[in-house]
Amino acid sequence: MSLKQHFEIPGRYKTWSFALMAVGVISLIVGYIMYGGNPDNGKRFWSTMLHNSVYFLLIVNAAMFFFCATTLALGGFQISFRRVTEAVSASVIPIGIITFIILLCLVFGNKYAIYEWLNKDVVAHDPILNGKKGFLNPTFFIIWTTLTIGLWIVLGIKMRQISREIDDTPLTVEEGKKYIFKNTVWSSVYIFWFALTVASTVPWLWLMSINAHWFSTMYSWYTFASTFVAGIALMTLFVIYLKNQGYLEYTNEEHLHDLGKFQFAFSIFWTYLWFSQFMLIWYANISEETIYFKNRFEGAYTGIFYLNLVINFLAPLLIYMTRTSKRNYATVTFMSVALILGHWLDVYQMVFGSTFKDYVPLNLFDFGIAAGFVGLIMWQTARVLSKFPLIPINHPFLKESIIHHT
Amino acid sequence: MSIKKFVVGGFKEEGALFTAVKNVRKSGYKIHDVYTPMPIHGLDKAMGLRDTSLHTAGFIYGITGTTTALSCIGWIFTSDWPINFGGKPHFSLPAWIPITFELTVLFAAVGMVLTFCYLCQIAPFVKKHHFSLRATDDLFIMVIECTEKTNETDLMAFLENSGAIDINIQNAETGWWLGRYDKDTKPFENKGTVIA
Repeated sequence: MSLKQHFEIPGRYKTWSFALMAVGVISLIVGYIMYGGNPDNGKRFWSTMLHNSVYFLLIVNAAMFFFCATTLALGGFQISFRRVTEAVSASVIPIGIITFIILLCLVFGNKYAIYEWLNKDVVAHDPILNGKKGFLNPTFFIIWTTLTIGLWIVLGIKMRQISREIDDTPLTVEEGKKYIFKNTVWSSVYIFWFALTVASTVPWLWLMSINAHWFSTMYSWYTFASTFVAGIALMTLFVIYLKNQGYLEYTNEEHLHDLGKFQFAFSIFWTYLWFSQFMLIWYANISEETIYFKNRFEGAYTGIFYLNLVINFLAPLLIYMTRTSKRNYATVTFMSVALILGHWLDVYQMVFGSTFKDYVPLNLFDFGIAAGFVGLIMWQTARVLSKFPLIPINHPFLKESIIHHT
Repeated sequence: MSIKKFVVGGFKEEGALFTAVKNVRKSGYKIHDVYTPMPIHGLDKAMGLRDTSLHTAGFIYGITGTTTALSCIGWIFTSDWPINFGGKPHFSLPAWIPITFELTVLFAAVGMVLTFCYLCQIAPFVKKHHFSLRATDDLFIMVIECTEKTNETDLMAFLENSGAIDINIQNAETGWWLGRYDKDTKPFENKGTVIA
């Protein structure tokens, strides 16, 4: 059997990705003209930018986490579509740079409206913010953000390079063992850094510090779960797309079933964290803590709050419950799109519920910026996919993936 | 249940077993069951078994648990014995979710275990016929059911050609019955009527 190893980007795909990116750029310009100079210091504009850039950065980074975690666990099933997850994770480079620029703008532009703790006068007179000064200050924010995004990019490039270096050289058993060991070492470095960033500090810095007085120890895990589900959904969409185009011959519904299970399981995990964070605060009923849920649970964002739960919990629970639906390309595509949108809404209420006390409806500006990021992910992923073989044919675990059986 | 006549053959290799299952089905013999020392991927498909509906049962047990918990707690805390807990409303759903979750898991787990035992016919104080004790050790045991039309000699020759060893004919009860292995029988005594 001859494999179709080289992905050629179809003309329509290219047109779509460029059109979406153009929509993003136009929205950016129009949005800046409309909201950038508002008397509230551009709060509306920068909230949208923060919401979209952080969300899309974290979901492409989740692809990186996925293949590092499976590599570290010596997983075999994902090898047949591993190049897709690698290509999705390559989008960390452009989106990481964009996010970095946006965060720099927020800090150096003194956007007090987003990050209250940037204002030195306020911090000096506020005992709580004063106590958090060691963590929430511009210097630490910039250094930690630089390190975070920089190391994600560098380790991503390293992991992809390791993956590609065996494309032309079949390995002996001994070499294969060494190769796997090398892979696990670099993955564990990444996982370690991931634990220090996404799983702990970065959501605190980028998102939770909007409510600088409030804190939740579950917040980072919650953000991680949210973006990981969406990241799996994104990878699944690319796998299904390539499968429809006749590529990825070794990937079949057994692999799709596993991706569906991942989405299902992590949706439940997300719900667990969502509920635990909510219920403890609701039960204790301490006003410093309930302030976060005040306008979300019984205020401006109530609709989004419940919609969030329906899309991200009830829908996957009921639709992904049966085995047949996880093996069906149509339902998996539908649910993947729904979950990406659902978790986008989740991050939207995390950002906007904090920056605005009153309801700010999503409008064309938000969707336009999101479209721009989607276009960027589509373009970057396809570009990386088209450069390298689609199946790592010499990977020691490839056979395990071919005969994989759920 | 009833006592039926079976032809039993053992296979040493997994590959030989798969070929034999395929050939036996193609020749129109009825496979009663295949007993293996460990789970074998793809054997259920090769034997043409339908997917288990254990998970559907599990879902039903699960929602039974959910409904039980919610209706029970709901009735107690709103009408039977309303108590003021820290000023919370009597109908406070978030506080009930943990118990609801636990009962859902409990019902689903216990229900599925019992259903599984019923489907496999295993339970305390209950016995089933063992076609070959080597099925728990080193042989894949294929059991073929004989009808009035089955020619046992042909079938045994057929099995031998497919590479089976230890071929024999057994008259055995298909269901389960009350009794205990340690008291009623010596488990390592071969009760089958060995002809070949």
